[in-house]
Amino acid sequence: MLVENEAGALSRIAGLFSARGYNIESLTVAPTNDPSLSRMTLVTSGNDDVVEQIKKQLDKLIDVVKLLDLSTGQHIEREMMLIKLKAPSPMREELKRLVDIFRAKIIDVTEVSYVVELTGSSKKLDAFIQAVPNGLITEVVRSGPTGIARGAAGLTPDA
Amino acid sequence: MDNSLTPPLQLSGADIVIQTLIDAGVDYVFGYPGGAVLHIYDALFKKADQIKHILVRHEQGAVHAADGYARATGRCGVCLVTSGPGATNAVTGIATAYMDSIPLVVLTGQVPLPVIGSDAFQEVDTVGITRPCVKHNFLVRKREDLAPIIAKAFHIAQTGRPGPVVVDIPKDMTDPTQLIPYYYPREVQLRAYQPPQHGDLEQIRKAVSLLLTAQRPVIYTGGGVIADNAAAELTELTRLLGYPLTSTLMGLGGYPMTDKQFVGMLGMHGTYEANMAMHETDCLIAIGARFDDRVTGKIEHFCPQAKIIHIDIDPASISKTVRVDIPIVGPVGSVLRELLRLLRTSPQRPNAEALTTWWQRIEEWRQVNCMRYDRNSDKIKPQFAIETLYQLTKGDLYLTSDVGQHQMFAAQFYPFDQPRRWINSGGLGTMGFGLPAAVGVQLAHPDSRVVCVSGEASILMCIQELATCKQYKLPIKILLLNNGYMGMVRQWQEFFYESRYAHTYVEALPDFVALANSFGHVGMRVDQPDQLAKTLQDAFALTDRLVLIDVVVDPTENVYPMVAAGKGQHEMHLPPTLSERELA
Ligand SMILES: Cc1cc2nc3c(=O)[nH]c(=O)nc-3n(C[C@H](O)[C@H](O)[C@H](O)COP(=O)(O)OP(=O)(O)OC[C@H]3O[C@@H](n4cnc5c(N)ncnc54)[C@H](O)[C@@H]3O)c2cc1C
Ligand SMILES: Cc1ncc(C[n+]2csc(CCOP(=O)(O)OP(=O)(O)O)c2C)c(N)n1
Ligand SMILES: [Mg+2]
Repeated sequence: MLVENEAGALSRIAGLFSARGYNIESLTVAPTNDPSLSRMTLVTSGNDDVVEQIKKQLDKLIDVVKLLDLSTGQHIEREMMLIKLKAPSPMREELKRLVDIFRAKIIDVTEVSYVVELTGSSKKLDAFIQAVPNGLITEVVRSGPTGIARGAAGLTPDA
Repeated sequence: MDNSLTPPLQLSGADIVIQTLIDAGVDYVFGYPGGAVLHIYDALFKKADQIKHILVRHEQGAVHAADGYARATGRCGVCLVTSGPGATNAVTGIATAYMDSIPLVVLTGQVPLPVIGSDAFQEVDTVGITRPCVKHNFLVRKREDLAPIIAKAFHIAQTGRPGPVVVDIPKDMTDPTQLIPYYYPREVQLRAYQPPQHGDLEQIRKAVSLLLTAQRPVIYTGGGVIADNAAAELTELTRLLGYPLTSTLMGLGGYPMTDKQFVGMLGMHGTYEANMAMHETDCLIAIGARFDDRVTGKIEHFCPQAKIIHIDIDPASISKTVRVDIPIVGPVGSVLRELLRLLRTSPQRPNAEALTTWWQRIEEWRQVNCMRYDRNSDKIKPQFAIETLYQLTKGDLYLTSDVGQHQMFAAQFYPFDQPRRWINSGGLGTMGFGLPAAVGVQLAHPDSRVVCVSGEASILMCIQELATCKQYKLPIKILLLNNGYMGMVRQWQEFFYESRYAHTYVEALPDFVALANSFGHVGMRVDQPDQLAKTLQDAFALTDRLVLIDVVVDPTENVYPMVAAGKGQHEMHLPPTLSERELA
């Protein structure tokens, strides 16, 4: 969604979901190259009728400038994760191998811990978490997915 | 905007608020002062010759009055209230207007910007509190934004699906010592808001061909017809097709209710014939109606055989609760004009034979006489009171209502032939709406008869507005159907809780005649059916006075038909069978 970069916009959208009983699985917001607009990626769930109604209700908000349902077309989805792992010496090699397999990066090291950065689809992040041996995860920070449609066309206020 | 020739006025924020209202064509502001809006009140004081302020006695009353004004005129209602308790008192009114899609601009005072968030005196997060019950709201953060935001508020409130818009104004924005240039924004820029102007022609074509092949068609209309001032188009269409028409509570008067093609209101307290026709129709055209649960009953049983056409300006109303076959997104009026044009040019005509059979079936349902009641009772029946009102006024009035049995009796027994005459809270069902709404209606139509039908429980919820009526000499007539119960709730308790009347008896009622007198009005009481017409005539004869008529009605009467919650629309409670004497 492209949303007016105004103070109330985020709470209007979040409020709509709670008021109408829709799920928000994740929500990311950040500025765009146009200072008057923010871009918001929202992941929700529901049957077709519910998703249709969610889209209509969002579109009705005066702060929502443009809305696109990425799941209806070819698109790319990325999420970033920072994950802090316990890294006792007997485990360090195995963890490094895991980081390589997932094309992740170790971005902070202490004698007893690693911080790993990993970007990819949400499923890939889930898989990494699954693959970490039991008991080694100290902290998980995920950005929530963001996405963009494939192809030359862009989502703009007047597109 | 071309202001290059004349130097712009230099005004304070407070003056800008008032000047913008004047330039927007506002004649009445309904409000109540307080600290955060004192600068604005001072600016209002200076412009008293150009804009009238109506001082209510409670902010809920201000919003209902503005709402009544809007419903009776089609224009936008305007309110002005202070921060904190002023704003929270207004919320019930705002939610009432929101649920019925009524255009309002509500200006609320706010604490100065620098102290927002500090729990300052009379600070509440008005934008946050009202967000779920407004079409849109604004917090003004720059003086320069005042005029553009107020202009946007009017535009948003009145276009598309109408609704209330709140503009929250921090006190420092209206500082009388800070002057800035003022321009009235003639054009409003809102890139993400473009309500549809026309329906899709292809969809309208499909609708025409479905309508013309129907065997058992029904036209189901609602508040959207009133909002779009499309009663004339609707009437033309209905006459041309010859199909039966039913209306929601909010659409009454969009088509003449005394006409034979009108089969009554539908839904929970709709007529037997309307609900049965809905149940058996093969082609339903919904026009500016939103398939409310009081209309559909249990969704699985709703119009099980019908293909459905739905005309609505709000895409989110379409297929929200009932899936439709031919959606048409657009304003009722323009879509109906297009539909009429296509119908006239089509070589095909409605199926006359099928229609005759269909009308025969409907006449059979009419014979059930679903709204019968005991006309020989020695008590005043509430239905009889409304019928008497109709006999004396014949549609020549504006009728506001509160919420309860009396509201349903008014909707069932007073046939409105014109739109904007029936003014009630349907979506939120707000007790206390009727009297303040009548204030707004009477101000909008000073020479018309305005009647408020109420119950002894509802009227007490905004009774303070009797003082407003006195101050502005509003000659409203209050028809108080006093059954001594919260009748509508008592009815549910009788039907579904084995007559355990938990807290529905309104004990310690005031003497309403004395109460009216104490506010400087006229009070009358009547408890004999044969005295009723005379009493009403006496009341109407006092053309310059507010008269409260305490009508003592049968406390045990129920509203029929009734579709119980969770039942199908065809599963109605009908009135108990009357003995021959009663029917005579
Ligand atoms: C005690 C009680 C009992 C009730 N019993 C009943 C009952 O028996 N039967 C009944 O019908 N109601 C009943 N109601 C009222 C009910 O709750 C709803 O308020 C009502 O049914 C809604 O009416 P509507 O569908 O016409 O919608 P409205 O709320 O009037 O909505 C109008 C629709 O028209 C659309 N619209 C607005 N402007 C335009 C435009 N310019 N062009 C096109 N479309 C437009 C809107 O988007 C919306 O979808 C009762 C209420 C109370 C309090
Ligand atoms: C503000 C508010 N509170 C509660 C209700 C629930 N309610 C609906 S009808 C009703 C009783 C109304 O009683 P009265 O005004 O005497 O009307 P009657 O049904 O007796 O005609 C109540 C309590 C409501 N609609 N609004
Ligand atoms: Mg009562």
